[in-house]
Amino acid sequence: MNELFRRLLMLPPQASSVARDVDTLHFALISVSVLGWLGVLSASIWFVVRGRRTGENGAPRGLRKFPSWLEPAVIGALLSGFVGVWLIGHAQYVHIQTPPRESLDVYVVAKQWMWSFAYEDGTASQHDLFVPARRPVRLLITSRDVVHSFFVPAFRIKQDAVPGRMTVAWFRATQPGSYPLLCTEYCGLSHSRMRGRVIALEPAHFEGWRRRFIDRDRPELSAISAGVGRARGATDDLASQGERVASERGCTRCHTIDGTPHLGPSWAGLYRSQVALQDGRRITADDAYLTRSMMDPLHELRVGFQAIMPSYLGELSAAETGALVAFIHSLERAPSAPRRAPLPYPSTTPVVVPAQRAPGKPGDSASPQLEVETIPTPATERP
Amino acid sequence: MSVDEGMASQAAPRERSFWTADTSVRSWLLTRDHKRIGILFLVGTSLSLALGGLFALLLRLELLTPDRTIMGPTTYNKLFTQHGVVMVWMFMIPAIPGIFGNFMLPIMIGARDVAFPTLNLASFWVYVLGAVVTLTALAAGGVDTGWTFYVPYSATSLSAVGWTVTGVFILGISTIMSAINFIVTTHTLRVQGLGWMQLPLFVWAIYGTAIIQVVATPVLGLSLLLVGLDHGFKLGIFDPQYGGDPIFYQHLFWFYSHPAVYIMILPGFGVISEVVSSFSHNPPVSYRLIVYSTFGISFVGFLTWGHHMFVSGMSTFDAGIFGLLSMFVAIFSAIKVFAWTMTLRGGAISLTTPLLYFFGFMFLFVFGGMTGVAVASESLDVHWHDTYFVVAHFHFVMVGGTLTAFLAALHYWFPKMTGRRYPERLGIASSSLVVLGFFFTFMPQFLLGNAGMPRRYYSYPEAYQWLNVLSTGGASVLACGLLLTLSYLCVACVRGAPAGDNPWGSRCFEWRVASPPPKHNFTELPDFERGAYAYAEEGGLP
Repeated sequence: MNELFRRLLMLPPQASSVARDVDTLHFALISVSVLGWLGVLSASIWFVVRGRRTGENGAPRGLRKFPSWLEPAVIGALLSGFVGVWLIGHAQYVHIQTPPRESLDVYVVAKQWMWSFAYEDGTASQHDLFVPARRPVRLLITSRDVVHSFFVPAFRIKQDAVPGRMTVAWFRATQPGSYPLLCTEYCGLSHSRMRGRVIALEPAHFEGWRRRFIDRDRPELSAISAGVGRARGATDDLASQGERVASERGCTRCHTIDGTPHLGPSWAGLYRSQVALQDGRRITADDAYLTRSMMDPLHELRVGFQAIMPSYLGELSAAETGALVAFIHSLERAPSAPRRAPLPYPSTTPVVVPAQRAPGKPGDSASPQLEVETIPTPATERP
Repeated sequence: MSVDEGMASQAAPRERSFWTADTSVRSWLLTRDHKRIGILFLVGTSLSLALGGLFALLLRLELLTPDRTIMGPTTYNKLFTQHGVVMVWMFMIPAIPGIFGNFMLPIMIGARDVAFPTLNLASFWVYVLGAVVTLTALAAGGVDTGWTFYVPYSATSLSAVGWTVTGVFILGISTIMSAINFIVTTHTLRVQGLGWMQLPLFVWAIYGTAIIQVVATPVLGLSLLLVGLDHGFKLGIFDPQYGGDPIFYQHLFWFYSHPAVYIMILPGFGVISEVVSSFSHNPPVSYRLIVYSTFGISFVGFLTWGHHMFVSGMSTFDAGIFGLLSMFVAIFSAIKVFAWTMTLRGGAISLTTPLLYFFGFMFLFVFGGMTGVAVASESLDVHWHDTYFVVAHFHFVMVGGTLTAFLAALHYWFPKMTGRRYPERLGIASSSLVVLGFFFTFMPQFLLGNAGMPRRYYSYPEAYQWLNVLSTGGASVLACGLLLTLSYLCVACVRGAPAGDNPWGSRCFEWRVASPPPKHNFTELPDFERGAYAYAEEGGLP
């Protein structure tokens, strides 16, 4: 019954501890609404049909009095019905808004147009929020610029991210999987692209992910965090580190690496090319220019692009910046035949963990290919 | 004016109608006749409706495909903002009070004009000024903040925020001018012996609306002024970068904008009460309850604004209070729905275009209202807030409710205003197109919202595409229906068959004067002794 209604009303899977209850109230309310709606309509139609038949002589059939108890009865029924709905809805709301005590805390910072997450032990990620399944997670949410809203449809939770304030939400994912994360408060140009994922892992895998993340010198670990699997044994030169950083930091959401125009200039063939700036100058896109563009992107804005890129000053480490420049350098002679840009939002099918990508094919990092049930178990990968 | 030719066939020499009393352009533009001002508002708000509708069609076209179809994200963001601004402040709010309130209210209470005719004229020209300023903002690059102007986005947006809020501010002044006029007119110019509880329900609706407008609109004006200052001069009232509080803005904005929903729908309720009574030839069931619920809505409507902010970090206690009060508004609306349905019972029903729009209204508004109860339930709102479910809900109420009521009023009072009949068959055809087109535009959006598609989305996951295509298809049908209505009404203005004074056999007061009314409404005061809904009395149908 629950599943039938859910599919009929096109609701996402019920992946959190509160989703089922919320949906039950939803189904009940929609059913009563449709019944009430049909009732009012059929009564109107019945009155019209009778009125048409008897009204031919031009006179009304006569006005019959309604019994005097009808008015208070109708008002009483409406009052108790609506107050009943309110009681259930309010009780559920209090539950949704009150995090349990033993929850894992994650600090969520929204900005135009990305999500970043930090854990109390210093672990951090962007776009993708990694959480253990079956354990309550408390989110402490704020924003660095405008109002955003953290929305995971499969969890039936949503909370605004308000600059200058901290808001709180919580959820408990009932099973491992990948669930779309959306921004629901309009925040400008790329509002509809401000998407990420909540990736719920088996608690043991989550611990593995967290330990590996801290241990940054082991590249296959951050590969998982970036959602881009890498073949083990591939040479880890500066350019491929840069490719990983580009994916982790969300650069490839706006910049393509195959020459396709997107929100930002494509990186293919960009290195040492002549670019026209909006102030009329032409400039060579050398290492210095590329670095400046990351730190103060609006200062030397290219012709044909919006002033939308946020500054990465203080966001990127020196090593990451160097790696990014090396990566852009490696694309100097990249094929610039435009292909259709891959859509940068995640697949809606429940996905477990990033799959591995064949080495030496640098085209797909903008949209990580995901497959179900390819969990690299941390225990076996450890040398 | 040829509109008056219909009157020529009538035997008795009659006073010239307000259309032909004076025909110079100046006499129209500087008229202080409430009927002519109503006609001017009809022209102004219809142009706004056409413009807002055009924006809506462009938006729907863009949403045909998950990515770019005909415009980029910047244009899209500006278009949905302009669609909202034009539809809310240039059509929904001024339309029914500006046109039918102006035209009918004085006649319905036996007055020769409103209390302040010059102020009335000023309210129209201030409306035009506000509209021009708002639309020049479009020419100056447009504004991309959404009609809600949420801070800090609106304080930092590079678009023409200052211009637009100035335009809306001016439109608010026009609203207040009209509202003051309606309140004073209803209080002071009722014909002797016409008590409050004998007023036609439409007068009550306009009066209730006017009270909300006078109380709420200044808050909007103030808040938007402060947004403009935040945007232009970094004042820091709302922008946290300069020490302001964005949640404070949301409270102020919704303190106006929630009652504004009732500013938009209450006049529609008034129209529906008149239409259902006139076409079933029955007095409204429970006149008293309809009046009380109008005031219940006006009053409680002021105390529910917080339900727009359930996920903004509000305390559970506050949310509970706002949630409960929102349910009371639903009760008042439900009472009206039952009263209208029961009014049909035992009536002699003539199935005409206005009554079809009444059914369209019931079909759409009841569903829109019930989904309003759903989004007012706090735990459900957490999932649905800012998704397409909310978009569908308020379009069901605002378009399904107010627009169908507007079209019902336009057809119902068309013979009154012009003295001519519109073609009934075309009316029935176009009303079916409008209601069906509307249903298929917004029904899929409920499902999109369930699936989790947020509003104001330029691009969306491919799984949502078929519902978006269906919605765009519905919107085109709706547009065809409206264009058809516009064209036959224009033709009927000139060539329609003469209607006579009271073609519907209504007993309401406005039908007791000539159609179209003469310049000063009547030479001899019509009979106000017999009630506006005295269908049970002797005398048969006129």
